[in-house]
Amino acid sequence: MRFAGIDIGSRTIKLVVVDEAGQMKAGFLADTGFDPITEAKKLLAEVSFDRIMATGYGRNLFEIAFDAPTVTEIKAHARGARSFFPDIRTVLDIGGQDSKAISLFENGKVKKFEMNDRCAAGTGKFLEIMAKTLGYDLEAFGREALLAENDLNISSMCTVFAESEVTSLIAKGNNRLEIARGLHASVIRRAAGMINRVSSEGDIVFSGGVAKNPCMATFLADKLKREVLIPENPQCIGALGAALLAGQAMHPKSQSHGLPHL
Amino acid sequence: MSETYRPMWEQLGLDLQAHDALLGVLGQAYEDIYLSQKNRPEGMGYFDFVMSEVHGLRIKELLDEKAEGRKIIGSYCVFVPEEIALAAKATLVGLCSGADFAMEEVDKILPRNTCALIKSSFGFKLGKVCPYLESADMIVGENTCDGKKKAYESLGDLVDNLYVMDLPQVKSEDGKALFRSEYTRFKEAVEKLTGVSMSAESLKEAIQTVNAKRVALHRLSTLRKADPAPISGLDALLANQVFFYDNPARFTESVNTICDELEKRIQEKQGSFPEKTPRILVSGCPQAVPNWKLPMIVESAGAVIVGEESCVGERGTRNLTDDSGETVEDMMEAIVDRYFQVDCAIFTPNPDRLEHIQEMVAEYKADGVIHYGLQFCQPYLMEAIPVEKALEEKNIPCLRIETDYSMEDVGQLKTRVEAFVEQLR
Repeated sequence: MRFAGIDIGSRTIKLVVVDEAGQMKAGFLADTGFDPITEAKKLLAEVSFDRIMATGYGRNLFEIAFDAPTVTEIKAHARGARSFFPDIRTVLDIGGQDSKAISLFENGKVKKFEMNDRCAAGTGKFLEIMAKTLGYDLEAFGREALLAENDLNISSMCTVFAESEVTSLIAKGNNRLEIARGLHASVIRRAAGMINRVSSEGDIVFSGGVAKNPCMATFLADKLKREVLIPENPQCIGALGAALLAGQAMHPKSQSHGLPHL
Repeated sequence: MSETYRPMWEQLGLDLQAHDALLGVLGQAYEDIYLSQKNRPEGMGYFDFVMSEVHGLRIKELLDEKAEGRKIIGSYCVFVPEEIALAAKATLVGLCSGADFAMEEVDKILPRNTCALIKSSFGFKLGKVCPYLESADMIVGENTCDGKKKAYESLGDLVDNLYVMDLPQVKSEDGKALFRSEYTRFKEAVEKLTGVSMSAESLKEAIQTVNAKRVALHRLSTLRKADPAPISGLDALLANQVFFYDNPARFTESVNTICDELEKRIQEKQGSFPEKTPRILVSGCPQAVPNWKLPMIVESAGAVIVGEESCVGERGTRNLTDDSGETVEDMMEAIVDRYFQVDCAIFTPNPDRLEHIQEMVAEYKADGVIHYGLQFCQPYLMEAIPVEKALEEKNIPCLRIETDYSMEDVGQLKTRVEAFVEQLR
């Protein structure tokens, strides 16, 4: 038996297939675009599976189009993170349009979570727009920010206000690296606040596309004085979690959670 | 219904075009949210009818009452005592404050960071779409939160019949003395409006009429303890909302009819949701008609709401007024005692509310609490944090929601509520 998980996010769609042991057999990623269902169909044509579960903001669209069960991103990321780090109690996921901090009970059940409301402050979209304003490509943005020597305070959390703040900092002749560093620090302050509201100790698994940014993980660990663990392919953790949950729904009694290798 | 009532609405000075648009949206929302529910009790048919005629037949009834010499008093708050209105031959109705309307006009008068409920009450006035407000002979404002009490200063410029009741903020002897004197002043104002002095007999009858409404809702609440839940939270909320509009005796009878049906359903183990559906208590700000946003999200996420710790809910209807007094003075004191117990977040400190939340969690066997806060509603948002903390210490899961009447955050709210429901399973 093969189980698939599809995570339809605001920026990208992730598809993961696992076998009965929970080993990852395939993983795909595509841009969400303006027609997520068509994009999803293209991905699904690449793989075969017996059962699928959907997550992400497009999960309800998928549910209607494919009559598939759904799970929230919160539970999916918790489940996916646990498959890499079976004892983890705290998960931070920062995706394209939202961010969430999740604390777990010892058995892996969600205990408490915090999520940003209604705007893109502190999400991948924020970093993407700021990188563009500073003329960095997204890959280089975090790497470059780490090279800055001094902190520069960016006070606006709002994507629109922060953009004009950055423009005025550039106009004043501030160092580009330091502005980049300041922007990362502002997202981290927000993420750290969310984490502190759900959990006060222990290692943190960092998932979602933003976890690929090396500056974010470094700053987060510094800020919270806690270990920050990043799974391979952090972007696919939600889809992986959904795939594992699709398998669990099939065998609800089974407690064996295999550790897949990506 | 619109054709028959057009002359009536025109006479009331409504903006017919805007009002048509409002009724269109309301009707569609009602169909999508209410009529699409499965396994509804048949008795809800009465409330469907009330909602379809909420700006029609009910307004006509009120105007007929006026023609017979009764006065109509409009209110925005559960601190305005219906007993006093009824005893002096006036009818009390709740005024519209549950939907965004004419927001561009509202923004000229109120700051943007004003809660949706206050903005809505102004929107209905400025947009000329609330027939209750336009039928009212007296509009009662009450100094509850800072937002409302300052907004009434501006509302006073828009209407010529605003009466403002002061309220204390502390439940002390001095606070109660102010409360008492304000209720006495209100009694005198109502008597002056109607030209009728209440008698011990009329006051006793009024107390009994209002108590009967409350007892009927208590009966409904008790039936919601059953699993499977015999009625959806949406439908029960609607009954609590209609409490503020309907003819009191007919309301009582209709709620009791539903309760008879629910008793049978419980015996037959029939529910609006399957057995073991996660059960949620909603606590916090009032949800005025047609603000069905949160219960719609919760109940489409596979949970059922089993109680409302809210002004439109148990906070508003919890206590009865003692009707055993023999004089007007005795019964006025009983009314003061009854209303002074309302555990609104404008009071400081407000420990009773936390106790009531915990009691309700136990009574209704709730698996978790959703704290419903309107954005910019300082009193409830401030209380939300200690409430959440206290509940968590007792291992009662709690989700804090802060929202308004717009639909822009529905996607994110859905994710949060669904994740909360997953937590409860």
